[in-house]
Amino acid sequence: MDPLSWTGAAGAILNPLLAATTLAFVVSIVSMTVLSFFTPAHTLQSNPDGSLVQQGGIYGLSEIASKYTLFALLAVLVAYIVAGVVMPYGNAGILGAISKQFTPVWIALVITFALSITFKRRLGIYGKLFDNIVGMVGFGLVMFWVFTAVFVGVFDMIATHDPLSQLSGLKNKVPGVPVPGAEDMAPGSHYLLGGDNLARDVFSRMIHGSWIVIQIAPLATMFAFMVGITLGLPAGYFGGRFDTALSFLANLILAFPVILLFYLLVTPEMVETGIPTYMAAVLFIFPLVFFAVLLNSRYHTQPSIRTPLLVVVLGAVGWIYLSLISQPGTVFNFMPGALDLFDIPGGILVVFVSVVFVNSPTIYRIVRGLAMDIKTRDYVAAAQTRGEGSWYIMLWEILPNARGPLIVDFCLRIGYATILLGTLGFFGLGLPPESPDWGSTINAGRGLLSIYPHPALVPAIALLSMVLGLNLLADGLREESLKD
Amino acid sequence: MLRFLASRILTMILTALCLTFIVFFLTNLGPNLEKVAKSELGARITDAEVESWLTRNGYMQPVVLRYGEWLGVVPGFTHEADDGAVTGRCIDAETPAEVAPTFCGVLQGDWGYSTVFRRDVSEIVARGLGLTGKLMFWVMLVMVPGALLIGVLAGMREGSRTDRTLSTLSIVTTATPEYVSGVVFITVFASSAVGLKWLNGSATSAMDDITFANFTLPVLTIALYGMGYIARMTRASMTEVMTAQYIRTARLKGVSFPNIVMKHALRNALIAPFTVIMLQFPWLLNGVVIVETLFNYKGFGWTLVEAAGNNDIELLLGVSVVSVLVVLITQLISDIGYVYLNPRIRIS
Repeated sequence: MDPLSWTGAAGAILNPLLAATTLAFVVSIVSMTVLSFFTPAHTLQSNPDGSLVQQGGIYGLSEIASKYTLFALLAVLVAYIVAGVVMPYGNAGILGAISKQFTPVWIALVITFALSITFKRRLGIYGKLFDNIVGMVGFGLVMFWVFTAVFVGVFDMIATHDPLSQLSGLKNKVPGVPVPGAEDMAPGSHYLLGGDNLARDVFSRMIHGSWIVIQIAPLATMFAFMVGITLGLPAGYFGGRFDTALSFLANLILAFPVILLFYLLVTPEMVETGIPTYMAAVLFIFPLVFFAVLLNSRYHTQPSIRTPLLVVVLGAVGWIYLSLISQPGTVFNFMPGALDLFDIPGGILVVFVSVVFVNSPTIYRIVRGLAMDIKTRDYVAAAQTRGEGSWYIMLWEILPNARGPLIVDFCLRIGYATILLGTLGFFGLGLPPESPDWGSTINAGRGLLSIYPHPALVPAIALLSMVLGLNLLADGLREESLKD
Repeated sequence: MLRFLASRILTMILTALCLTFIVFFLTNLGPNLEKVAKSELGARITDAEVESWLTRNGYMQPVVLRYGEWLGVVPGFTHEADDGAVTGRCIDAETPAEVAPTFCGVLQGDWGYSTVFRRDVSEIVARGLGLTGKLMFWVMLVMVPGALLIGVLAGMREGSRTDRTLSTLSIVTTATPEYVSGVVFITVFASSAVGLKWLNGSATSAMDDITFANFTLPVLTIALYGMGYIARMTRASMTEVMTAQYIRTARLKGVSFPNIVMKHALRNALIAPFTVIMLQFPWLLNGVVIVETLFNYKGFGWTLVEAAGNNDIELLLGVSVVSVLVVLITQLISDIGYVYLNPRIRIS
């Protein structure tokens, strides 16, 4: 069995094309940036027939050039993907084989984009995203990883090998190395992105790592938002002592260097003392409080709806809460096994708690600022005159009107939570060392980085693309929400 | 101004006290102390021996009291053994019990003794700070002008394609944490397998002698992450200035575009980024820890990792105090600087 080359037969045509378009794109971008400083702005010239002509001059020309070279570059990149999916396994090289493995993700992405673009006028702010190139690119990157994570985590597709199994002879081998004993060219007959220092498949580990990241980062961000909103709204709305005390506390946490906090919280000794479990018990009660207040403030005038609704919702959330904090082997171990829905390993819980803990003060500050701004609006005064309760005004008048900045920040913060998770993994804190999450894999690969870069480079690029996607998505959302 | 300063400094001291207490509390929890006892006496000692060692060395006192001792506001712990020999916090081989001071804490300049490096904490911290200071100097030298240039170029023509390109570029740099860009840089520029082999992948030699080859990558790695953020803030402030009335007036007078940017807009646009640059310090501290670990540069961040990883309580406390103070002082400077630079803000 031969090792795979990077692009195989498809590369003979596509590689020169890629080089040419990349060069053209870089040249046009650089010339545009340089020219923007020296040339005058666009001018409009009116023709005798009443039409307008935009005169870009040489700067305008460089602008147009950069636009079309970008399109050409993207077209070549798409050609690589299509070639990989269409051509038989191995003919389009490593990139083609990887692209073939991702086939379900491509299909899901195409369906998502086709549906969203078709119905974009009816989809509110989500639909508006598809008017914005940057937002679309970001959304595409994010959904790529979401689909990858779901396909590998739920259906066990895409990955070619088990993330933990080691094949002898493939230690630190370069990308495209054939698996010993594999007979025919089929998925699984090569380590597509090489082997790591324990002879595991780098590609499969990277794919499995996405599932861990996609599970933890958004959920941790959501919890942080619940904490931030539940505390920030009253702080901004009422002000006074409560605000002063909470703001002091938030500044306290913000002044703490994040890495120091991680090193203090995420150690086995700390898990032994039970402090993370206590913190989890405190932090995770905020969603419960949030839902209780949210529903009660809305329906307290209609007890016939309110009471059953609260019982059902709080019952469900409360049960999840109790099974979340009750773990065998920690200070809270009160739930009988039959009632305990799930157990989270101590390492994951402490990682989760620290990410929530680090993020909530910032969200608190944002929500507090928004609440202070919005509480002076007329509709808040109208609600106060109507005699609505304070919590109703906060949660049903102020919060919905603060959603724009909060949604944008939510995207950014998932990215930041991903970075924090990676940081924890990079220092070998919390998650077990054999875990395939991206931070831990980078940490495992950095020892031999200058000799065998691929085990660390692959997860690094995966993490970069996902965080970049979230940032671009946030930027697109911000731009579109500002247009209103 | 004086009242503002006084209240700010008061809050700062209160914050510093709270934070150091939290660090003290977290580093002095039961299991940590047990580990210290075991590393001093050997791993096979019984629980009773651990307890008696902890009692003899003053670790069994209430944590608030011990925090006071560490700070230097409560008399240092002393213990009289059965044979009359007095040991205590402030007593060691060089200063016997008779001449030992009553107070010995951080305020008296006694930062303790590192169990990992077998040297005084103050000495290790000072050396680490010196090395990190060199790193930060170069980072600032690269990051600030670069970020301001990108921000100004992007912000002077809002919505143009240059603006979009540079904004996207700054988003890319903010989305690249240090451990990703470090790995990419080492692969491209320093890897002996595939890379260009222009630069060193380790900065250990830069501790004695800084050269272009061994210091470029660490500096670039830290600078890149902060650069995007500062550039975006500069861009926002620049776009705001460019829509101001006096810029329009200048344009109508016929002032050339480069002149408008250089002479009229730039000065006012650079007020806001100043605060942002100062507030970047806590973030840079993160980057420093990652980069120093990745490039094996034995500065302040590397010391933090070593102290935390080896349960070196006194060193970790010393490092925490310094990092908390750095963060708080930069916050103070940024507040004062903002008020000083921006005459529109009046302090009540």
